[in-house]
Amino acid sequence: MKKIDVKICLGTSCYVMGSSYLQELVDMIPLKFGDKVNIVGHNCLGECVSRGEHGKPPYVQIDGEIVESATIEKVLEHIEKKL
Amino acid sequence: MSVKQFIQLKKEVLIRIIRAFLSGDFANNARLIPFEMRPKGTEVSYRCCIYKERAVLRDRVIAGLGFSIEDDDEITELAQYANRALERKKPHFQPLTIIDIACKGCAATRVFVTDICQGCVARMCMQSCKFNAITFAAGKSVIDAKKCKNCKMCISACPYGAIAQIRVPCEDSCPVDAIEKNENGIARIDYERCISCGKCIINCPFGAVHEKSQIVDVLKNLENKSKGVKIIAMTAPSIAGQFPGDIYQLKSAIIKAGFTDVYEVAMGADITIKNEAAEFDERMKEGVPFMTTSCCAGYNGFIKKHLPDIKKYVSDTKTPLYYTAQKVKSLYPSAITVFIGPCVAKKNEAFYNDNIDYVINYEELGALFIAKNIEVLDCEKSEYGVESSKQGRGFGVTSGVAKAVSFLAKTQSDPVLINGLNKQTINVLKQALREGKCAQGNIVEVMCCENGCVGGNAVICSAKTAQNALNKLLEKSKDIKKEN
Repeated sequence: MKKIDVKICLGTSCYVMGSSYLQELVDMIPLKFGDKVNIVGHNCLGECVSRGEHGKPPYVQIDGEIVESATIEKVLEHIEKKL
Repeated sequence: MSVKQFIQLKKEVLIRIIRAFLSGDFANNARLIPFEMRPKGTEVSYRCCIYKERAVLRDRVIAGLGFSIEDDDEITELAQYANRALERKKPHFQPLTIIDIACKGCAATRVFVTDICQGCVARMCMQSCKFNAITFAAGKSVIDAKKCKNCKMCISACPYGAIAQIRVPCEDSCPVDAIEKNENGIARIDYERCISCGKCIINCPFGAVHEKSQIVDVLKNLENKSKGVKIIAMTAPSIAGQFPGDIYQLKSAIIKAGFTDVYEVAMGADITIKNEAAEFDERMKEGVPFMTTSCCAGYNGFIKKHLPDIKKYVSDTKTPLYYTAQKVKSLYPSAITVFIGPCVAKKNEAFYNDNIDYVINYEELGALFIAKNIEVLDCEKSEYGVESSKQGRGFGVTSGVAKAVSFLAKTQSDPVLINGLNKQTINVLKQALREGKCAQGNIVEVMCCENGCVGGNAVICSAKTAQNALNKLLEKSKDIKKEN
């Protein structure tokens, strides 16, 4: 089975607006989902730039799909939906 | 743990203030912030209506511009505040302010019987109450607020868990009872008692307590850089992990944001460690039973206002920021110095120290990076003029200071950690003072915030993330030199 790819944006905007807290997912996800999910912290995904002032960082990309105003709960919910 | 919504709002306000400043039309764009954040027809996120949302945002902007909301007359426009901020020579002395219209006016702390009460036959609650405050009416227990002493015995006695305590988070979090309520239950800060620890800022679920920001003062000076003014950033040891990348990339990012140079406050911590270890040895030789550390601004405020008698047991050594600012001003006498840290209490320390011109926190630095589109991870690594020691860099986490002093002290040290000032830990200090000894050890490290500075009121990441980043940095850092 193909792994679910999760990228946490660690660009400055996302980090300051809360992706700093999402780093806990890097430890949490292997415990919860084993090797079904591949999660990494990633350089700026460019979402804030493309969405401008009305963007809602922090962003997380799950299999290419963008989750805005990401929280730990939101990311886990998205992953569960995909599994 | 996720970041609290009101903290996001505060950051967004700061980003918009900085963008307004950089736009060239500061006054007008500052005036528009509440309208841009809540344009016509937008969903009402938190309050009763869009007008209240904007009114609260207006107050957040006032605090972000560095003014007291308590002094606001509601007539002065944000544009006028923005102009006043530009004209201001010195930041306000009291660093905290409360948005009264954001304050919920939480009911005074009391114990209360909820609808879950089954009106049982056992009546354990009545039996447990030593003050005869509980009666039975209309099939349920009722607490007489006049007789109730909030002892909470009934809460543990009720087999249904039907009795609850209504809490007032700002009051509960304040270690020194500095929050008072007016007749409508709206919180006010008693500045005579307040030690500016900032615990109420993070604990009020309505985000009603604000720091008065000095960001506009700093922005003004960054603009003057072209006129030859040097503006030097001094970053607290707790900064590791607060931003993406490492502290060397962060240095480049801060310079890119407009500062002339960056010094680690850990550099001053190295001097603190040497002086404090020597002082500890001397005091122990003289037979003094214990010594407490003196680097935490919240603790220093606490000593001054609430426990002055303990002063004889407190180290006379100055804080890491004191030595860092002294060094920077000796190198660049005309420079403007800006401390960047997680802590509002440092604003008080800065107020009494002419070598420290301004204080901004990690949220404000983050907002500056965002407004100026600075990607920390894209920045080159830049070395510091002085490379600080492993022990100095460890000052921002609980046990770091005690470990550092113990590392250099020649006397056998037995550290006691006060990991966060609260009513219990304050009693430990009071007891040590009363008895003239500290049963638990001889070097008492006092951190006002839980986990140390990494648990400060304006941090970007969790204490765990900060600790992990710090550990990585410490692996590469060298031990402080021991003198013979």
